[in-house]
Amino acid sequence: MNEANSKYMIQAVDLHKSFGDLHVLKGVNEGILPNEVVSIIGPSGGGKSTFLRCLNLLETPEKGHIFFEGVDITSKGVNVNIHRQKMGMVFQLFNVFPHLSVEKNVTLAPVLLKKKTEKEAKEAAAALLQRVGLFDKLNESPSRLSGGQKQRLAIVRALAMEPDVMLFDEPTSALDPEMVGEVLDVIRELVSGGMTTVIVTHEMGFAKEVSNRVLFMDGGIIAEEGTPDEIFSHPKNPRTRDFLSKVLTT
Amino acid sequence: MLGRIVVVFNGYWSLYLGQGLGITLGLSAITVLFGAVFGSLLAFMKMSKIPPLRWIATAYIEVIRGTPMLIQLFFFYFILPNDMIMAVFGWIYRIILLFNAEAVKADFIKFICIAIALVVNSSAYVSEVIRSGIQAVDRGQTEASRSLGLNGVQTMTKIILPQAVKNILPALGNEFVTVIKETSLASTFFIGDLMSVYNVVRGKTYLVIEPLLITAAIYFVVTFILSKLIAAWERRLKRGE
Ligand SMILES: Nc1ncnc2c1ncn2[C@@H]1O[C@H](COP(=O)(O)OP(=O)(O)OP(=O)(O)O)[C@@H](O)[C@H]1O
Ligand SMILES: [Mg+2]
Repeated sequence: MNEANSKYMIQAVDLHKSFGDLHVLKGVNEGILPNEVVSIIGPSGGGKSTFLRCLNLLETPEKGHIFFEGVDITSKGVNVNIHRQKMGMVFQLFNVFPHLSVEKNVTLAPVLLKKKTEKEAKEAAAALLQRVGLFDKLNESPSRLSGGQKQRLAIVRALAMEPDVMLFDEPTSALDPEMVGEVLDVIRELVSGGMTTVIVTHEMGFAKEVSNRVLFMDGGIIAEEGTPDEIFSHPKNPRTRDFLSKVLTT
Repeated sequence: MLGRIVVVFNGYWSLYLGQGLGITLGLSAITVLFGAVFGSLLAFMKMSKIPPLRWIATAYIEVIRGTPMLIQLFFFYFILPNDMIMAVFGWIYRIILLFNAEAVKADFIKFICIAIALVVNSSAYVSEVIRSGIQAVDRGQTEASRSLGLNGVQTMTKIILPQAVKNILPALGNEFVTVIKETSLASTFFIGDLMSVYNVVRGKTYLVIEPLLITAAIYFVVTFILSKLIAAWERRLKRGE
């Protein structure tokens, strides 16, 4: 199967990824539909982050293909930078740019990549920051923000490129518990607005609430997938059951 | 002895602080400035995706760091043809002549040889300073930048380098301090720097220890003050994040 299935926004075909001798992804096939919200859960080391990072080629798979909006972005000669502009990514450790003001964090990419004029970018940044409650921090340095604020800024920075899909890698795992809610609220709002979203998370309640589909990754493959109800209430795979019994009791 | 130190210093302070310190600081500044230019080039070669560039840079850095500075000074002193130096740097000599009609061509050539040797030496050390300054910037910064669609060059110039300079500039300052001390080796060739002045004063006064202590004191005061200033500057850069 080397043809893109046109109904998917992102499609991964037979993805393999190794780090040295460690075979991390062992043939992952998955398609993400437009407007779909997909959560990825699973034990540590199962390859969740690696899979997500393959979707925008932050990791280069040794084998397999990624189709994004009908284009095989893994094929030679494709300018992946163009396609990455349409895929926002949010990281566990925020990775805000510490040398730039909050506003500049948001406007840098759209202006540099000529998506917006300086003026348009500033207006868009103001509106986005307003939406996540950071408007009053416009001229602050990110180093003066709390973790939750940094992560909201990182989300806004990605949104400023007007992406077609948002990829989240454990966006709340590095936060103090009292800040998890404010970040989940932002994602919740985004999802309800119809943003196509793939989110790796350990927040089972949240995954259950927002997802159309849940993927359980273990040992480098998608070991089970289904609706939140199927995965959380009626898991079929013993590994899924085992994993859920561990995370839901602690 | 203290009395003799005062007498020697009174007699020769302008030679020490004018010519000697001037040439030492000037030569050190030239060394670090051009060392930074060529060091950057080497650093990027060493981080390059193209293997031959990496090999060349690595070999250069290892050879320079693995051989004594004094040998490098001798090497460039003997190997560089005078004609070539005048062809490349002759314009500088002609400018100097405008200000000082007595400037000796042979001295100028010698100075250039020494400066080249120092730059060659320093660029190897500086390239490691620059490389580690760049690599000290969190990988997540590159990933965030690339995920937005910035290409490698945009990421380097807009995201990584502005953060790396905070690591690199103070380290370059410290390299300057190191070079100030190292240029004393160049006095072997009698180029008028602080250590050369010591040799002059020793010859004139027939005193060994007193002029030496004065020389050491000048080196110490200059490097001590510079080190403190750089440390304060570094703290300010780190805080301003
Ligand atoms: N850059 C890398 N170099 C070497 N090994 C890596 C690298 N990135 C990931 N790995 C390894 O690959 C395996 C899968 O990692 P991955 O981060 O995809 O797991 P994960 O499911 O996201 O786990 P977690 O829940 O802990 O985030 C792990 O064993 C990890 O140590
Ligand atoms: Mg992970």
